[in-house]
Amino acid sequence: MSVLLSAVATLGVIGAGSAAILYFVGRKFYVEEDPRIQEVQDALPAANCGGCGFPGCASFANACVIAESLDELNCPVGGQNTMDIVAGILGKTPVKSKKQIAVVRCSGSCDERPRLNLYDGASNCSIAAALYSGDTGCSFGCLGLGDCEESCNFDAIHINPETLLPEVVEDMCTACGACVKACPKDIIELRNQGPKSRRIYVSCVSEEKGGPARRACKVACIGCSKCEQACAFDAITITNNLAYIDDDKCRLCRKCVPVCPTNSILELNFPPPREKKEKEAAAVAEA
Amino acid sequence: MLKTFRLGGIHPKENKLSAGYKIESIEIPSEVTIPLAQHIGAPCQPVVKKGDKVKVGTLIGKSVGFISANIHSPVSGTVFKIDKALDASGYKRDAVTIKVEGDEWEDYIDTSDTLIKECNLSSKEIIDKIASAGIVGMGGATFPTHIKLMPPPGTKAEVLIINGVECEPYLTSDHQLMMQKTEEILVGITILMKALNVYKAIIGIENNKKDAISKFRSEIKNYPNISVLPLKVKYPQGGEKQLIDAAIGRQVPSGALPISVGAVVQNVGSAFAVYEAVQKNKPLVERVVTVTGKDVKKPCNVLSRIGIPLTNLIDYAGGLPESTGKVISGGPMMGKAIPSIEVPVTKGTSGVLIVQTLEAKRKQMRDCIRCAKCVDVCPMGLNPTLLMNLTEYSEWDRVEKERATDCIECGSCSFTCPADRPLLDYIRLGKSTVTKRIRERKD
Repeated sequence: MSVLLSAVATLGVIGAGSAAILYFVGRKFYVEEDPRIQEVQDALPAANCGGCGFPGCASFANACVIAESLDELNCPVGGQNTMDIVAGILGKTPVKSKKQIAVVRCSGSCDERPRLNLYDGASNCSIAAALYSGDTGCSFGCLGLGDCEESCNFDAIHINPETLLPEVVEDMCTACGACVKACPKDIIELRNQGPKSRRIYVSCVSEEKGGPARRACKVACIGCSKCEQACAFDAITITNNLAYIDDDKCRLCRKCVPVCPTNSILELNFPPPREKKEKEAAAVAEA
Repeated sequence: MLKTFRLGGIHPKENKLSAGYKIESIEIPSEVTIPLAQHIGAPCQPVVKKGDKVKVGTLIGKSVGFISANIHSPVSGTVFKIDKALDASGYKRDAVTIKVEGDEWEDYIDTSDTLIKECNLSSKEIIDKIASAGIVGMGGATFPTHIKLMPPPGTKAEVLIINGVECEPYLTSDHQLMMQKTEEILVGITILMKALNVYKAIIGIENNKKDAISKFRSEIKNYPNISVLPLKVKYPQGGEKQLIDAAIGRQVPSGALPISVGAVVQNVGSAFAVYEAVQKNKPLVERVVTVTGKDVKKPCNVLSRIGIPLTNLIDYAGGLPESTGKVISGGPMMGKAIPSIEVPVTKGTSGVLIVQTLEAKRKQMRDCIRCAKCVDVCPMGLNPTLLMNLTEYSEWDRVEKERATDCIECGSCSFTCPADRPLLDYIRLGKSTVTKRIRERKD
């Protein structure tokens, strides 16, 4: 019995002593942390994707708390809703951000862009791009080996086995920008998603001159500047034989789309332009 | 016992099909395209414009930046255009296209065959001449030669090692050059020794080129302080660090240059180019290229001007065989498959290898069985399978710690892997990413 008692007593004393030490150490080295950091972090989507430019949600939350205004800070995954909640927690004014989405700027499918040689090395775009220009005549276009697919944490981008081009799943894409960083050819861009997901963009990154670009790919931008002339809002610029539509200036009027001789300007999620065709048909009939 | 390097190494089938064939000159086509980036370092600035008349040896590209090399016109004629043109990797880079008219050389160049032994220039004059002639490492790495001849302050060259190893299977261009231009190479070596101020030179030659070894041994009597060293046939014996290890038994530390152990390595092709530049005032406008392959009708070693399309060389060797699966610029181990045979010969083109379809096909990669064969054969003592996995998972800090930057890209690991894993492809990606990160950190 006494053995039992002494054991309990000894352990009790050791336990109490340790608890006291821990208590004082905890007090002495207490790290004061702004409780709002945890609150903000709880409001974030916890994807830890790095789309905001910070290593993870915790450091983004910290940055939000420290920052004087939320101008430069945006969580692309959570979007406007999340940023509004964060602003509410911190008592700061929320910044209106446009919802963005990843856009693949290459339409050179197998039919449009004939394969001239065969690559059978490691199935990785970065490796292939460092070795050579690609298996088609276009040295700017998509290699189709799927670095973007691998980089996506949200299962939002997939290589279509028929066209060998990546396709973005609109509902899943959070515009975190992982695929933009993964693509060695800089084909993927984050663009404004636009009202009702309607958007217009030049689906080509070839800086090749007209003739060779066209020979390499039927849907290449040849830098003819027809779209630039058609645009009433100065949204289109041509640099290095390549047209680019500034999505902040673009009013989605769609005038540039039909003038493109190579169909390299894509419009997404627009209703089919019925009226216009009828009008044109009428004009032709009158003439 | 023949000397060799300590760690790793493999022995691929030699297949030196073009070994016995003398160097033949190849006809100049009506138009040549000369890329302005033929060396490691900054590309050249063009100094000619459209419509200019050029002769063989006229400067057309001036080197800019410290690591760079001049480019001279390899033909005479008129500059047709300065535009982007396809290079061996399929990307378009700046190049000068010249329409050929006749074959007129610049007056200052001595085109005779007479051997000039005496050289009374000072070290600095020699280096200046080499720099203006645009000579680069002819073994394939194309590092500007004159920079290797100017050791950084605090270091001193003790020995010059001449690389006549040619350990790549199939290639025989250096071998033929050694057989036919023995004395010229020896004079070139004396000049290099003078430029570096060293009193010892070793010519390393793999023991499968016995005729070249005996040729050098018979000629060497008149050239003091030069010795010939037969080396064991083992790949990559011709790697700079491997050759230094074999020749003088010193190991270049990780991340350091060969000069840190007192050695400077130059290729035999470079030694010959140095001879021509210093004694004959001839800039680097042509080089020996091996055209070979198992189904090639007439494997040969041709003397080709820079800028001649590879198709012309292939036609000279009997045309592209029907069984062609891949055309490789360089040797089978370190060469690169080219996307088009229209690309021109450059200063670094040591060979054109035409591979049969069956041999060209890469096998499907399978799981690593952890046999460690790649670890055994790595001449740099790296762990290729670990490096590949780390690269795959983007563990860049660990890739750096595992010394990916030491990889010499010899391909021994991929060659030996029983699971056909693309080890080198991944390590190369890891190496370039880590190099980029190190550079960013420095800035």
